Amino acid sequence: MEIDPFIFRLSIFILSIFIGYYVVWSVTPSLHTPLMSVTNAISSVIIVGAIIAALAGSSENVFSISSTFGFIAIILAAVNIFGGFLVTQRMLQMYKKKKGKK
Amino acid sequence: MISANLSAVFYLISGILFILALRGLSSPDTSRQGNYFGIAGMIIAIVVSFLSVGNFSTSLIYVIIFLMIGGAIGAFIAFKIPMTAMPELVAGFHSLVGLAAVFVAIAAYLNPEAFNLGNIGDIKLASLIEMSIGAAVGAITFSGSIIAFLKLRGIMSGFPVTFSGQHFLNLILGIAIFVLIFYLCKTQSDNIFWTLIAISFLVGVLLIIPIGGADMPVVISMLNSYSGWAAAATGFMLGNDLLIVTGALVGSSGAILSYIMCKAMNRNFVSVILGGFGGSQGPQMKVEGEQIAIEADGVATILNEADSVVIIPGYGMAVAQAQQSVSELVRKLRAQGKNVRFAIHPVAGRLPGHMNVLLAEARVPYDIVMEMDEINDDFPETDVAIVIGSNDIVNPAAQDDPNSPIAGMPVLECWKAKHVFVSKRGQGTGYSGIENPLFFKENTRMFYGDAKESLNKLLALIN
Repeated sequence: MEIDPFIFRLSIFILSIFIGYYVVWSVTPSLHTPLMSVTNAISSVIIVGAIIAALAGSSENVFSISSTFGFIAIILAAVNIFGGFLVTQRMLQMYKKKKGKK
Repeated sequence: MISANLSAVFYLISGILFILALRGLSSPDTSRQGNYFGIAGMIIAIVVSFLSVGNFSTSLIYVIIFLMIGGAIGAFIAFKIPMTAMPELVAGFHSLVGLAAVFVAIAAYLNPEAFNLGNIGDIKLASLIEMSIGAAVGAITFSGSIIAFLKLRGIMSGFPVTFSGQHFLNLILGIAIFVLIFYLCKTQSDNIFWTLIAISFLVGVLLIIPIGGADMPVVISMLNSYSGWAAAATGFMLGNDLLIVTGALVGSSGAILSYIMCKAMNRNFVSVILGGFGGSQGPQMKVEGEQIAIEADGVATILNEADSVVIIPGYGMAVAQAQQSVSELVRKLRAQGKNVRFAIHPVAGRLPGHMNVLLAEARVPYDIVMEMDEINDDFPETDVAIVIGSNDIVNPAAQDDPNSPIAGMPVLECWKAKHVFVSKRGQGTGYSGIENPLFFKENTRMFYGDAKESLNKLLALIN
């Protein structure tokens, strides 16, 4: 008997929760704010769903109702991706030991 | 167009890069590299999703245009935002993830063929369940984050909004969501789908309005977690492993942060979510004595003689924008050869790690910024503790008074230092309304006034 693909996905999901659990506990508390902004950026990978929706329109009808929702979702997710990674980068740049000076 | 197997392999690589991005945050030295891993993972994911759809009609041009528009807005915000506004920025970003999840679910509902989920009115049962969970969690994340944003931005009062029957109403609406999903699966009726989304938006609002400002670190972490679960549900619907992995990572990250924040306030998650303050079981201990004020010159005299100084910043420092002055003070004191350190309580501020970011921005070297557990035992050997804009996190009543609303909360034991200076606006009890016996202790002196102005006066007197 074949295994339902859902069970595979569920396994991946649960194993990923465990990975997340151990990785996040090792994050130093002083970087909890960058942790939030970077998790925010990566959760915007939901943009792949938005891209599928947006590209579903035909050439004659690029903006069907369904693909329009996809396009808006692309904008929302893109704000997050660029904003999330860049603001994280900006924060992390500040976490530097002072060199030379005491 | 690339095969499904190949794109799955690329998504796996993206997923690994995302894990490495989080792993990098275990130390500031590796964190920047981690962020680059994250960016690389995202680029791979987006390119692969283009290639796997393989539709290069006019739509693609629009997709790229919209991507650029969103990207430009995001980049603009990222460069312009002041660090003190990080809590509301994070809340705002969460709301966008939530709304994007809702829109993807709507798009899939309206055009299931494009997602390979069946036909209109005949969507596969499993997909429909995943779709409705994605839409519901996304909608709750969206409206909840908007309320959190409004509260943090000060547009809406930070005080808890409560009314009678609130929990009952939430319970009814929560049940309604499940009932609607059940009937949606049976009938596939559009009206039920839209009602489901509308009710989920309402639940998000009702869930966050009763939660007060000081509990915001928990709320933001929780919404962070929700945005992850919404992404994971969408991943199940799309059969996209990368979204499932990422959603699980973000979901567990947010959940761990909520747990850490709750523990740092000695409150359980449920009581925070239900709103208001923790239950006080009896009359609070009467505070004896009086608050003794001190002027800048008095503080300066003692500081000039001290060898070891610990500074305890709180949300008040962020409000007064005093972090630059604090940093300057630290620089001067360290130049005199004094041992100056910071003590950071996990819930200081409105966001996990809020104080660390502000101090980093003000160029305080991170190796003198200590966590509560690292420094709490050092207070008896400390000459001067300076409390700047924090209150509950330095309240000895948490240890001494079993009737205090914050009894049992871990606090920074700054009163054990020889001298304690408290920089505070005025005599009030502050946000939580809890009396703080620290202010009445014999070795405590109150340094009244705006934190930034007080520190600037003090700075002039430190040689």
